[in-house]
Amino acid sequence: MGETPHRSADAGTGGTRVTQSHEWPAGASARVAEAPVSTRSPGGTGLGGGGALPRNRKFGAERAFRGLTMAAGTTVLVIIVAIAAFLIAKAIPALRANTASFWTFEGWFPNDNPPTFGIGALAFGTVLTAALALLMAVPVAMGIALFLSHYAPRRLGNALGFLIDLLAAVPSVVFGLWGRDYLIGPVSDLSVWLNKYFSWIPIFGGDGPYGNSILLGSLVLAIMILPIVTSLTREVFLQTPTANEEAAIALGATRWEMLRTAVLPYGRPGIIAAVMLGLGRALGETIALALTLGSTYAISFNVLESGGNTIAANIANRFAEANDTGRGALIASGLVLFAITLIVNIIARAIIYRRREFTESAA
Amino acid sequence: MTPTVTSHRTRPPAQPASLRARRLPWYAAPAIAVAALALSVVIVYGTGIGGPVLVIVLGAVLYLVGLFAAANAVEGRRSARNRTWSALIHSAFVLAVLPLASVVWTLVSKGTERLDGDFFNTSMNNIGARDPNGGAYHAIVGTLEQVGIATLITVPLGILCAIYIVEYGRGKFAFAIRFFVDVMTGIPSIVTGLFVLAFWVLIVSPWFNDGRPSFSGFAAALALAVLMLPTIVRSTEEMLRLVPAPLREGAYALGVPKWKTILRVVLPTALPGIVTGVMLAIARAAGETAPVLLVAGGGAAINFNPFENNQSSLALFVYQQAGEASKYSPARAWTAALTLVALVLILTIAAKLLARRNRLSR
Repeated sequence: MGETPHRSADAGTGGTRVTQSHEWPAGASARVAEAPVSTRSPGGTGLGGGGALPRNRKFGAERAFRGLTMAAGTTVLVIIVAIAAFLIAKAIPALRANTASFWTFEGWFPNDNPPTFGIGALAFGTVLTAALALLMAVPVAMGIALFLSHYAPRRLGNALGFLIDLLAAVPSVVFGLWGRDYLIGPVSDLSVWLNKYFSWIPIFGGDGPYGNSILLGSLVLAIMILPIVTSLTREVFLQTPTANEEAAIALGATRWEMLRTAVLPYGRPGIIAAVMLGLGRALGETIALALTLGSTYAISFNVLESGGNTIAANIANRFAEANDTGRGALIASGLVLFAITLIVNIIARAIIYRRREFTESAA
Repeated sequence: MTPTVTSHRTRPPAQPASLRARRLPWYAAPAIAVAALALSVVIVYGTGIGGPVLVIVLGAVLYLVGLFAAANAVEGRRSARNRTWSALIHSAFVLAVLPLASVVWTLVSKGTERLDGDFFNTSMNNIGARDPNGGAYHAIVGTLEQVGIATLITVPLGILCAIYIVEYGRGKFAFAIRFFVDVMTGIPSIVTGLFVLAFWVLIVSPWFNDGRPSFSGFAAALALAVLMLPTIVRSTEEMLRLVPAPLREGAYALGVPKWKTILRVVLPTALPGIVTGVMLAIARAAGETAPVLLVAGGGAAINFNPFENNQSSLALFVYQQAGEASKYSPARAWTAALTLVALVLILTIAAKLLARRNRLSR
């Protein structure tokens, strides 16, 4: 009986959602503990009757409390369903009024008569900026996390880890403001340089103007998710059992071989979770991109020229001028974003849930 | 390990040197670095393809290649890999520190420009494009009210939900709730804003407002509550699981009913951890711009009533000032950003310090 809390306590990782430790189904520890309460004899016919427990009443505080918590739990499901239902309800009139193809039309004129708008370019921009940001941020973040957990002296690692945690809490609007006011200069210079020498690569082609480009947007996004991914992966790396690391070193592994054979495989589910969380942030990021992207409606792989747009940034930019149909159109685009993030999240959770059993039985 | 270690290998036991292995002399790494930098200068300025930034980037690449080649020749492939990866990991750190330090530096240097009493005591009411003053009083009021209401809604709901998951939930239903709480953490903030727009602003609020939809601070609070709920449920759930079973068993053995055990024994034990989670959730919600932008309206005047008329918030204020065509608005935006970051960081630091004093350690 006493084993239950210890196991869950050892494997637990707290609120970071990295390697969730629920090898027991929810409430398992309570189930064991509950046994003396639920197996009760109603009459209390024992010696002296002193051991008798109160009868299991139909309408007691216990039932009321259980019902209350269950209602709270159900709220989560209700909210998820309500989000989908209300978005669909508001999106349908606008989609009906749309005279262009919602999926392929490259443009956003829902306030015109007849209204025309299409999600294609926006969805493409959303995925492209998020993918570029992840591509830039994840290797660097893992490098920092490894540095903080296995290279830096423990004290320095902890102090810097604390700083990174703080940076992860900085609101995205601050990063957006910084990108718009300061990063735009260096990025323009870089764009000109890349275009001069690498214009034979299609993504670096074009003739300008440079500045508010996909490159700037995804760089800001990458810098924004860097602290989040770093702080999550760092915690994962710190949890590698010392025995595994020592075993690798005892077998003659170099430090890199130790990291590759002991630390990285052990933390893989946590790394996937962290990357997926970063992806979720990147896909849904609104303000940082609304401030840095060029807001055009064209599908283009060119990352240097002014342009690029995402679903979320488009909502923020066009909301103020939207009429009834315009709002419906923005809600429809939000529904697509909701669907994209929901799919990404469900896949990520499924991977983590499946992986977890494997890792824990192996550990 | 012999004294011939390079600078980035300071912990001896990480790599036990074989007794007869040949090693690079201590000056090899700095020598390669200098040579790589020199070569890079020659290449870059010789062909005229770039400036000092390119010199450093190219130099770093050449250094990695040179280090790998030298170590490969002297120490063997495994050691060469180890050195190269070690250099890469260190450079990743340096690479990331630059932009993050720049963000912090810009924030502090630009943010202190307008950090005066005027900023905290006036609103943007009647402030035109040519007026240098104006402040964020209305935005601070909005942020505090919206986040406060959102906290009042979410904390009881989130804690009860976590109690259900940990203490009562069984089988598929509880699993579904757990799963969707996880999924809910990934819902973009703008989508929760749209949800409240579709649900509260466009459908419910006309009932109270003569049939016209109205923006309000309360709507923003609802959107923030949807954002905060999964965070609070997850952190509370983790904390409840850490409460030792003997505490519960002791209560049961004394004949305390389960609900009273949860309220009087389990929750107080887990309280510091729960408070930490709540504070982190508040800190995150305070920095959200998108939902407030969609449903609060963002007025320029001070509005203490969250249930009627437009309200602003600090994050929204930053965004609005960033988009305004006045030469005074960037300074206001940066000062508001600094205020917002200070608010968020104070909450975060307090939460982390509280977590450190938590007796239920992981």
